[in-house]
Amino acid sequence: MKKIIGSALAGTLGLSIAFGISAGPVEDQIAFQKYYENRFPDTPTEDFANGVYSILPAAREQWEAIEEFPPYELAIEAGEEFYNKPFANGKSLADCFGADGAVRNQYPKWDSERGMVVTMELAINECLTANGEKPLKYKKGKITEVTAFMSFNSRGQKVDVKIPSDDPRALAAYENGKEHFYTKRGQLNFACADCHLLTAGNLYRADTTSPGFGHGTHWPVFRSKWQSMGTLHRRFGGCHKNIRANPYKAQGEEYRNLEYFVTYMSNGLEFNGPAARK
Amino acid sequence: MKKELLTALLASALVSPLAIADAVKQGKELAWSRKKGNCLTCHMVEGGQQTGNSGPPLMSIKARYPDKAALREQIWDPTKRNPLTNMPPFGRNKILTEAEIDQVVEYLYSL
Repeated sequence: MKKIIGSALAGTLGLSIAFGISAGPVEDQIAFQKYYENRFPDTPTEDFANGVYSILPAAREQWEAIEEFPPYELAIEAGEEFYNKPFANGKSLADCFGADGAVRNQYPKWDSERGMVVTMELAINECLTANGEKPLKYKKGKITEVTAFMSFNSRGQKVDVKIPSDDPRALAAYENGKEHFYTKRGQLNFACADCHLLTAGNLYRADTTSPGFGHGTHWPVFRSKWQSMGTLHRRFGGCHKNIRANPYKAQGEEYRNLEYFVTYMSNGLEFNGPAARK
Repeated sequence: MKKELLTALLASALVSPLAIADAVKQGKELAWSRKKGNCLTCHMVEGGQQTGNSGPPLMSIKARYPDKAALREQIWDPTKRNPLTNMPPFGRNKILTEAEIDQVVEYLYSL
């Protein structure tokens, strides 16, 4: 076990040195985005929001055809209905997030009162429970309909995750997410960075790994493999199962911090969810 | 670890050609199996379909690893040579058994 931790740390350290990651989040983000821009010189920066299709012209055509009749359309409609449906107390989600729910660019955000990262999914459930309603499950189902509606109305907003400098706990949460991204784990010993940074765009069997730049922008996703909608945290869990690691709890601290890091790395791109993915 | 290597070396020195042919066959099954070695996820190999390209092609293995023990070591824990490698530590993390690794080594040596 010690050995595993040792090599994970060595790996993280090695990467940090290799990519000149030194000072803070701002420098991290610049180096991170530059890495992908250099690796995929044919991809316009804003296009990284389109995931693997930003680097795979052959698959892109097929994807664009799918997006013409998007498989997430019904989810948006169902989400709108749920969004406007009055709670037992007469209020609705609109009382928490405004008439159109176009608040995607406010999340994930640092809540300095509670000292934690708050994601949009978490905020939705907190709105529900504060009004005496039952919370939704975090990986699939109703939550993806609500976020599909809210994300759709937020399309075009810029990713602008903030790490307040007056609260060292925010930086610690970011660092925790960053460490997660670069640390090897699971029986197969993969870090997120192994597939989505170091070998992004390479083939694993017939699948091309997507660039990590753009990972936080387009959720929820209708994934062909799932044949259903899913949240970012559902995908995190699936990735962890692939590398034979134990998934963390959706919306637990580990994944919220990872989302904080991943989305911060995509600052400057546009939110473009919901999306279709293979 | 040294002891395991020695055993593997001794075993390979003593086994009959027939046993080696058998190990090559078993090793190929392990290497190609998605549940076991799953080598083709990253490595191109002759005859393999939908092979990945994150690792080097599996060819001319004898020339690249004249020392069989070094090849075995590379499969057992490739992070020793390169801590950033994507290749899983098949022995250290018990993805394959010691005997299965021996068979994969025989298969790779036949390429």
